[in-house]
Amino acid sequence: MDPLESIKETFFQECEEQLAELETGLLAMEEGDTDPETINAVFRAVHSIKGGAGAFSLEALIRFAHVFETAMDETRSGRLAASNEVVKIMLRAADVLADLVRAARDGGSVDEALTAALTEELKTLGPDGADEAGGEEDWGDFEFKPATVELDLPPAPTGWRVRFKPRADLYAKANEAAILLRELTRLGPAEIELDARELPALSDLDPEAAHLAWTVTLSGEADEAAIREVFEFVDGDCELEVTPIGGAAETAETTEDNGETFDIGALLAQVQADAAPQPAAAPEIPTTSPAAPAPAAAPSPDTSSPPDGQASARKPEAGATIRVDLERVDRLIDLVGELVINQAMLSQRVMEAGFARASGVAMGLDELEQLTREIQDSVMAIRAQPVKSVFQRMPRLVREVAAMTGKPVRLVTEGEGTEVDKTVIERLADPLTHMIRNAIDHGLENPDRRAEAGKAAEGVVRLSAAHRSGRIVIEVADDGGGINRERVKSIAVERGLIAADAPLSDEEIDNLIFMPGFSTASEVSDISGRGVGMDVVKRSIQALGGRINISSRPGKGSTFTMSLPLTLAVLDGMVVDVAGQTLVAPITAIVETLLPKASEVNSLGGNARVISIRGGYVPLIDVGLALGYRAEPLPPGQGVALLIEGEGGARAALLVDAIQGQRQVVIKSLEANYRQVPGVAAATILGDGRVALILDIDTIVAVSRGTETLRAAS
Amino acid sequence: MSMTVLTVDDSRTMREMLRLALTDVGYRVVQAEDGVHGLEVLAHETPDVIVTDINMPRMDGFGFIEEVRSDPEHRRIPILVLTTESDAEKKNRARMAGATGWIVKPFNPVKLVDAIRRVAA
Amino acid sequence: MTETHANAGHLRELISFRIGAQEFCVDIMAVREIRGWTAATALPQSPSFVCGVINLRGAVLPIVDLAARLGFESSETSERSVIIVCQIGEQVVGLLVDAVSDILSVTDDVIQATPDVGSDTAKTFVRGLLAIEGRMITMIGLERILPELDLEAA
Repeated sequence: MDPLESIKETFFQECEEQLAELETGLLAMEEGDTDPETINAVFRAVHSIKGGAGAFSLEALIRFAHVFETAMDETRSGRLAASNEVVKIMLRAADVLADLVRAARDGGSVDEALTAALTEELKTLGPDGADEAGGEEDWGDFEFKPATVELDLPPAPTGWRVRFKPRADLYAKANEAAILLRELTRLGPAEIELDARELPALSDLDPEAAHLAWTVTLSGEADEAAIREVFEFVDGDCELEVTPIGGAAETAETTEDNGETFDIGALLAQVQADAAPQPAAAPEIPTTSPAAPAPAAAPSPDTSSPPDGQASARKPEAGATIRVDLERVDRLIDLVGELVINQAMLSQRVMEAGFARASGVAMGLDELEQLTREIQDSVMAIRAQPVKSVFQRMPRLVREVAAMTGKPVRLVTEGEGTEVDKTVIERLADPLTHMIRNAIDHGLENPDRRAEAGKAAEGVVRLSAAHRSGRIVIEVADDGGGINRERVKSIAVERGLIAADAPLSDEEIDNLIFMPGFSTASEVSDISGRGVGMDVVKRSIQALGGRINISSRPGKGSTFTMSLPLTLAVLDGMVVDVAGQTLVAPITAIVETLLPKASEVNSLGGNARVISIRGGYVPLIDVGLALGYRAEPLPPGQGVALLIEGEGGARAALLVDAIQGQRQVVIKSLEANYRQVPGVAAATILGDGRVALILDIDTIVAVSRGTETLRAAS
Repeated sequence: MSMTVLTVDDSRTMREMLRLALTDVGYRVVQAEDGVHGLEVLAHETPDVIVTDINMPRMDGFGFIEEVRSDPEHRRIPILVLTTESDAEKKNRARMAGATGWIVKPFNPVKLVDAIRRVAA
Repeated sequence: MTETHANAGHLRELISFRIGAQEFCVDIMAVREIRGWTAATALPQSPSFVCGVINLRGAVLPIVDLAARLGFESSETSERSVIIVCQIGEQVVGLLVDAVSDILSVTDDVIQATPDVGSDTAKTFVRGLLAIEGRMITMIGLERILPELDLEAA
């Protein structure tokens, strides 16, 4: 890949990080944080984005970033107080900046009116009468000497005499006369004459003082600007006289140090540099310069950093971190997965070969298994990331929805540091977005109703994450009016989802909103997602191997609770026998295992059966039958029942032939090389090297309930 | 023998652009993310030139230059400041701190190399 | 697999194999490896020509009984059966056949067009016929070897 393209990608990645920093800082400021470092961090974030944008000539982004940066500069220097009003403007500016970054990256468009409006607002925050049309730099209180120097003197001089006398300061700043003189000689044939008259005796010599001066006679086509450019950096730390030889009357200026005026040549060079910021812009160096200008954009084949995979050093914050290419991590995880499978296979074969459990071989294998487990845990932890990256997008979402609905909302987040596998995190964003939109749009009452109910005008949405028994639990809670159960029930009846007289607990009514077909396009407002209902959210969560349910208290609010596996790659499974097949059931779904006696199994007609458990009845599903492995169900009294619990507390019992054991298995996709198979979630490879299917519990249950059908492919 | 340039900038993008421009002309590049990090690198590297940004966390460009200039082992190393701000006040401050020269961002790789040539052998 | 630089028409390499008494071939570019037979794990509710899935160095691979897929009687799988592992688009699939015969290098002109026999199966899978040393070899295209996706909503 073209190195410049690669850096551009890096730039956009970095922008995302900077935008996150920006928002975090501004939110902290909104909460009252006045720490100068916080404000500085915000400034630097905008500054950084602007800098990079400049390198890639992203004009619109540069312009806006510049205005934003100027306003931030006012704040960090203390000239502008970071009042609530100001911070709110900046938050909105941050949103616009984010849009501009993404438009620059993806080639989309931005809301021009909004950008222009915010630009104006930011300008009013800036220093008075301040700058701004496209990217012009602010010269500040820089004194402009009217240019009386003419660069083309007609007729042109045949040469120049340059008198150069450094002062001590020049050397103190690590400038070297020799180097400057050398650069001067690059402009054309030169004669250098040393003036050492002021050089004291060796015994009196202060090596740090300046005693020498030079006179250079330069011939050729160099112009004054080029000459002065050589001395650009030392202007003010030396005496410099540039006089033309021959040609018209001398009009060259001598520049003296007074610390406020700049060398004209340097000034002009700079203006030209500003006007042509592209790295490929024409160089100022006259063509007589023997030093070849660096090949500007031509990438050399051995450019150091390869586009993928680079390690860089620490971040200032907690602990040392290292950036690693994701592909490498994924490869490592795959290999470790293979390691686990191989170790299991080895164990099995050794056992079959008849080694005693207490033998050195068996014990060695046990240790190997322990070690492999630990490696797997550690490797999984590499990909584990705090949910913060997803949670961070929510404040902006809340701001937007609050604005659209006209309801003031405050977002409280907890447990952002809770870690989950990267694959899970990426797929959390959409469901979370839907739920938060839903909470604000449908959950929270409008300010009037809230006032009537004695609640604060500002609604609160709480987003939290925590680890609980090996899974991650994420909650979205609002303090709105709660679910209107009567309405939900009547809608469900209307849509034919439940019978009018079905006895449902409060919780079961609440969870009706997850049923497919519950919300229709007319119901779902534009805010809650353009025709997307909670059933889609539920399916997304389930696709992740998770569960979701809602609990609600009328008048007080509702809470969505999602429970997700920590990683998508590995599963705690119960290995079972069904009609001669070996299958795996996710342990998290299993509440209990039972050995049903014949007397406990009752038929409801046809193949529908129930099992009585402690006084209640639970549907009994013959897995072999459901999956088509056998034509007749297991006779009552045979098999083992796995009691499972679905959302809303609904229970069912899955009847299998026998249980082989519990094992952590590596999940292999069935869809990668084949198709989705109804009733099957995925596959795994057991110790004997054979493939075992992982059951999709919810689908099997739904099928048996008759609410879905297992499609039989022809 | 090729020169070693130490680049100090908190922006990853900028570091990569600098690296690209400098290695293209055969310089060896070592990098740091801010002033503190820069000093750490200087503990085991002696670059021929330092190119540093001004706005950085932990220790900004000014602080870094002052530190380098007060360290007898490194104070003769030419330092160029890299900045989007052509504000004279900032430039002066850099010079007061001991900067040898400056380069304005967005930088032209040619100008970058020229500036380096003007201060380093 | 190396590309041969042909001048007398484009040269292709084909792998030929036997199912029952018949011979078939596929473009060698699609073939990744040849394996001995392994028992497959059955997939519920799947078409009869899908034997199941096997483990290929950690990946889960479906096995298609090519005879059944082409409309003949299902193969009698035995230890001597062979699985031809093919890449079809993004997916890797195993084809169950009786034995692999040969690698053929042919120019395009050797491949004859399929006569229209009014068979859907033929239309879907047969790409041409070859006559080699007095034997008829049917060239198969693999794009639709897996069962069609069911487009009806559940």
